[in-house]
Amino acid sequence: MVTIRLSVPETATAGDIIEIKALIQHPMESGFRRGSRGEVIARDIITRFECIYGGETVFAANFFPAVSANPFLSFHTRATTSGTLRFRWTDQNGQTWEDTAEIAVT
Amino acid sequence: MKAWLALPLLCWLAACARSETSHDFAVERPEPAVSGTTFLTPETQALQEDDFANPGYLWVDRGAALFLATMPDSPSCASCHGEDGGGLIGAAAIHPKWDEIDSKLVNLEGRINECRTRRQHRDALDYESDDLLALTTYITNLSKEMPLSVEPDPRAKAALEIGKAYFNTRRGQFNLSCSNCHTENWGQTLRGDTISQGHGNAFPAYRLEWQSIGSLHRRFQDCDTGVRAQPHALGSETYLALEYYLAIRGANIPIEAPGVRR
Repeated sequence: MVTIRLSVPETATAGDIIEIKALIQHPMESGFRRGSRGEVIARDIITRFECIYGGETVFAANFFPAVSANPFLSFHTRATTSGTLRFRWTDQNGQTWEDTAEIAVT
Repeated sequence: MKAWLALPLLCWLAACARSETSHDFAVERPEPAVSGTTFLTPETQALQEDDFANPGYLWVDRGAALFLATMPDSPSCASCHGEDGGGLIGAAAIHPKWDEIDSKLVNLEGRINECRTRRQHRDALDYESDDLLALTTYITNLSKEMPLSVEPDPRAKAALEIGKAYFNTRRGQFNLSCSNCHTENWGQTLRGDTISQGHGNAFPAYRLEWQSIGSLHRRFQDCDTGVRAQPHALGSETYLALEYYLAIRGANIPIEAPGVRR
C-alpha cells in the first residue's frame, strides 16, 4: 500500500497563485547504508515526481539518494482552469503511482 | 565562630540527606510533568503541529483505510466501532488495560490483535509491522489531546511492580537506569540533546532518526541499546509492564500521537 497526502485548494480565483503540497510515503533508501551484519542495503528511491494541470506539466522534480524518506514537496502554480491535478511519481525500477485532486476555478 | 561553621555543615548534611532519599523519590513522577515536545527544537515542534507536514499522518491515513477494509467472512473494524472510529475515541488513553478474558495486561497493539483473532477471524499482525503501526497510530490519534488516564488495576499490580523495577534498575555497560536520566536529570543536556521526562504520550511517533513511525517498545529498545544493555523483544512482558508503569507515571499528560521526535 502506497500512501500520498495531497493538499490542493478546493476552490481558487482564476489567476491566483496557489500552493500545492504533497507528502509521499517511501523509504528512499539511499544505497549507502549498511545493515547490522555489514551488508549493503540496496538502493530504493523515487526518481521522478510530476504534477500535471490543464494538460501541462506545472511541476517536475528528479530525486536523488540525498532526498529523505517520506519526501515532502511544496510548490506554487497559477490557477487557470477547473479540473484535475494529476500527480505521478516513478521509482528507480520504473514503477509508477498516480493520484489526483480536483480544483474549481472561478 | 560556631554559627559560622554550622551553616556549611548544615548545608552539607542536607545535601547528604537529599542524595540518600533521591532513590526513594525516583519512582515519583517529575513535577511539573510535561510532554517530551517541550524539549524539542522549535522546528521539530512545528513539524509535529502541522497536520499536513507531520509524516506520522501517513500512517494515520493508512490506518483509516485499514480500519474500513473488509475481507470475506470478516467484518471490518468500522462495522463495530463506526466509520469514523467514533467508538474508539478515548480507547488509547486507558491502555494498557487488564483483559478479562485472557486475565492479562494488554496494550493497544495487543488489543487490536485480540480483536483481529477473536472477532474478525484474521491473523494477528506482527509487532512493528506497517499495518499494525498504522492501525495503532490511527486509533491513538482518535484520542489526541485527551489526557493519559490509565487506572492502576489491582490485578495488574505485579506488572506495575515489574515496570517500576525496570525503570529504576541500572543496566548495561553504562550502568544507567531509565530514572537516572528521565526522573533525575530531565531538562539537562546529553550529547546535544535535552533529556525528556520519558513519557510515552506521543507514541507511536515519527522519529527523524528512524525516518519512520515506531512504537513505544521500539523506543524502549533504542534506550536499552543506548545504555548498551540487551534490549527485550517488542511486545515482551517486560516492555508491556514498563509501558503500563509509564502510562501511570505520565497520568494526565495529553496524547499527541503521531508525535515527531528526534
